[in-house]
Amino acid sequence: MLVNNGSMAGPAIEIDKLTKEYPYGFLHLKKKTSLEGLSMQVETGEVFGFLGPNGAGKSTTIKLLMNLIFPTSGSARLLGKPTTDVEMHRDIGYLPEQPYFYDYLTAAEVLDYFAKFYDLSDADRKERVARMLKRVGLETAGKIQLRKYSKGMLQRVGLAQAILHDPKLVILDEPMSGLDPVGRREVRDIILELKNAGKTILFSTHILPDAEMLCDRVGVIVGGKLQGIGAPGEIVGIQAHQMEILFTLAELEQSKWPLLAAATRTGDRYRLQVAEQDVYPALEQLRNAGGKILFVAQVKPSLEEYFMHLVAADRAQAAAVEVSGK
Amino acid sequence: MTHLGAIGLNTFREAVRDRVLYNLVFFALLMMGAAVLVGQISIGIEEIVIVSLGLSAISFIGLLMAVFIGVGLVSKEMDKRTIYALLAKPVRRWEFLLGKFTGLVFTLAVNTLAMSAGLFLALVYVKHTLERPDAAVLIAIYFILLKLAIVVALALLFSCSTTSLLSILYCAGFYVAGSFVQQMRGLRSDLAGPVAAAIMRWLSYLLPNFENFNVTGLAAHGERIPGALILQNTLYAGLYCAVVLAAAAAIFSRRNFK
Repeated sequence: MLVNNGSMAGPAIEIDKLTKEYPYGFLHLKKKTSLEGLSMQVETGEVFGFLGPNGAGKSTTIKLLMNLIFPTSGSARLLGKPTTDVEMHRDIGYLPEQPYFYDYLTAAEVLDYFAKFYDLSDADRKERVARMLKRVGLETAGKIQLRKYSKGMLQRVGLAQAILHDPKLVILDEPMSGLDPVGRREVRDIILELKNAGKTILFSTHILPDAEMLCDRVGVIVGGKLQGIGAPGEIVGIQAHQMEILFTLAELEQSKWPLLAAATRTGDRYRLQVAEQDVYPALEQLRNAGGKILFVAQVKPSLEEYFMHLVAADRAQAAAVEVSGK
Repeated sequence: MTHLGAIGLNTFREAVRDRVLYNLVFFALLMMGAAVLVGQISIGIEEIVIVSLGLSAISFIGLLMAVFIGVGLVSKEMDKRTIYALLAKPVRRWEFLLGKFTGLVFTLAVNTLAMSAGLFLALVYVKHTLERPDAAVLIAIYFILLKLAIVVALALLFSCSTTSLLSILYCAGFYVAGSFVQQMRGLRSDLAGPVAAAIMRWLSYLLPNFENFNVTGLAAHGERIPGALILQNTLYAGLYCAVVLAAAAAIFSRRNFK
């Protein structure tokens, strides 16, 4: 199968048992594991969200992919090439977490500087820099030194330098960080544009609604280990299902229906969650009590709930290990 | 070459925009003051005083720049995390180091040339003319630049492997020790003991021999500097820088950017 950028489809990122340990202590004899046996793939043309709380191992994974740090064991390949292949970086765009660039340069100068590493002609560089500045909404601030930029503006410069050379694979470390709602919307639009152009995008985030909205698949990493991977709807589907009933009920009839105590009231409407097997008896009771049923739907846990469930489980496990260690 | 040029040019631009070249104002004031004063307090040795003072100032200012900026070349990029975006481009780590080295040596060359112009203006002011032996001053300046290139290479090596503060201390230590290489080689075993004398002798060959680059006395007296010394110093500085930069690149290529 061919995708829009003309390359053969296949995994854009292949990660095999990637582990990173950092030695610490006076003699570096102790080891802290930041990433433990991570194996996963990101397919060509998909938007992949890498989710996890702070310190979960997201940035460590991305830095390993970008060859900024070296694995203790395991390996990874980007676009079919090992991460140590520097030339492969011609096809990769990278936005570091909380990006910081040479503050004595203007945005246009920074982009022009980075463009020089892609062997572009002077005219092509100039045209691309102007186009990118416009694309990230910095066309009027392009001639101001970066030391005067806000965090959000630096994030935009970071995004511009990541996609300046029209890469096939774009890796973004917390691209929404530091952006206001307008900036986040613009970044989301850029990610969707890149997807439509056939690019593969991997981005890390802890802003779950963004991941839910943008990603074909997500991977959740907690405590350096991959806890789940799949489509956002699929990954949360493993939780037990509940049903939600939305209804109205006259004040005088409330005493006839004991389940009402469990419902939450908003204005003149009630919202009640019951287990899937209890939905029909509840509806029957509600009808007998004179209630008017407005809406019945299956409740799927959100990605956030799933995420919080994993984090809580990891913390409980860490606490148990600490107690048993004592 | 394009990559080295881009990184080098950016390093130069950083020095210019961070107002590093403002030191030239200090040097200009020093030379103007010396030129005016020297005519009043010395008779017949104006040229010696001006050349000695000028070359010492060029060397000292250059040394400060080479050590402090040199140490910051890598550590600043890592501390500010600007290196992340750069190394994500098709840039090899040794290219980054060599580009930084080239950029700072170019900055030092521009700075040294500007100071040299000031020195020659002061010389013209006190002598009212320039003569052929004054060319020795140019060679002395060239030697200072070679010496500074070695210091920059050492600063890069240390900053790739340790903290900025320790790097500065190591550079200072190497510079001082490298200025006493002949004394280390001539240490008598009956005074220091045979083991200490042997260790000093070995060390003296590992350390950069900065003594060979100091021809201020010859230049101040307008004496001829042998062509063999020019060739020897050029080759020595080139080789020493290459070995030190290769070691720095080897260390840097294994560095994790946490």
